[in-house]
Amino acid sequence: MTTAPLVHRDRASHPPAYTPRYKTSVARSPQLPLLAMRSTPTEQSGPVFGHSQLGPLDNDLITNFTQGRERAIGERIIVHGRVLDGFGRPVRGALVEIWQANAGGRYRHKNDGYFAPLDPNFGGCGRTITDEDGSYEFHTVRPGAYPWPNGPNDWRPMHIHFSVFGAAFGQRLITQMYFEGDPLIPRCPIVQTIGAPEAIDRLVAPLDMNRALPMDSLAYKFDIVLRGRRQSVFENKPEGT
Amino acid sequence: MVQPLGYLAETPSQTAGPYVHIGCMPNFVGNAGIYSADLSVRPFPNGAPGTRISVTGRVLDGLGTPLRDAMLEGWQAGADGTFGPGSAGHSRFAANFQTGEWRLETIKPGPVPMEDGRLQAPHISIWIVARGINIGLATRIYFDDDDHSGDPLMARIEHKDRAATLIAKSTGDREYAHDIRLQGERETIFLDI
Ligand SMILES: [Fe+3]
Repeated sequence: MTTAPLVHRDRASHPPAYTPRYKTSVARSPQLPLLAMRSTPTEQSGPVFGHSQLGPLDNDLITNFTQGRERAIGERIIVHGRVLDGFGRPVRGALVEIWQANAGGRYRHKNDGYFAPLDPNFGGCGRTITDEDGSYEFHTVRPGAYPWPNGPNDWRPMHIHFSVFGAAFGQRLITQMYFEGDPLIPRCPIVQTIGAPEAIDRLVAPLDMNRALPMDSLAYKFDIVLRGRRQSVFENKPEGT
Repeated sequence: MVQPLGYLAETPSQTAGPYVHIGCMPNFVGNAGIYSADLSVRPFPNGAPGTRISVTGRVLDGLGTPLRDAMLEGWQAGADGTFGPGSAGHSRFAANFQTGEWRLETIKPGPVPMEDGRLQAPHISIWIVARGINIGLATRIYFDDDDHSGDPLMARIEHKDRAATLIAKSTGDREYAHDIRLQGERETIFLDI
């Protein structure tokens, strides 16, 4: 287990806690300053997940709900990319988990009451572990946009939720991937919690025709960058364990 | 002009939203059969050495209402003060959909040495995500039956009366209670580490 100190988090990359156009954040945002400190072994270490904890269909949302018996409804897509750290090093062995609405914009969650129907063959979650070069891949369907109670007529753009573990618990990140060209992106109060347009662009996955499978699936590429860990200039080892 | 530094900016955070459970703990929310098991339901395997404890609490918003859609993760050392192996020491638990109460059953962590030899008091690193939380909130749980006087993080707290927001209170035999307040009076200390 490595315990290299973490590079401090650049908060300018992230939305602030208090973003009144996203109404739920108003009462759920800390108002006092965060207590800053250099990282300790607690933040510099983190859980290591193994392939033995995963199943063979875990990264295939088209078939994992029925364990291969049926296929989900929707536009078939591949979502792939790499997990890197701030120094551009691949993060290998990183657990990447995703969840999403079905093609109609409905989540398989007891608290989602949207009247778009559930797809009997779609669960909406997937997980995988990155390869030596930090790469990952999911097979899924394009999620539908959906309305949500915030403003009088707010809609979420098509998106996939991502949860990522680096090698250190201090690198823990949850975010959302959006799709190139979606006209709802600039209209979404959750997207717009991020101030800098350049930072929003880093959440928008481009169509990747080089990875599309002819007569099968379109593809989108989504790279993820985690906080870096300090290193000497002569070290250039891949991240991970 | 100067040369570009060339470092990559961290991917921006976005809220985990209200349906985080279907991604991170689908069996817990009734979506059985996709994964054989949710990850980190138990932070330590049965028979791991140490004292079994439980911590119960709620995450409260600025109006004092418990969050009923929060998901929490814990990361901690074992009884010997070391981390791992594997995912041992990592826990995932959710607020109850009706009451907002969560419960973490784990092992009491041992003190954790820093690189410089100082000892951190026993603690669990906690990470909280939910609808309305734009970037996961980091905090810690310490225990009221330990000595915190030499703890480097506790020493950094300027307003000493706020230290209590990080300390779980013993409520009985190996049971602790700990509420986390997102804002308002007695706002919990959140960390930027
Ligand atoms: Fe969503």
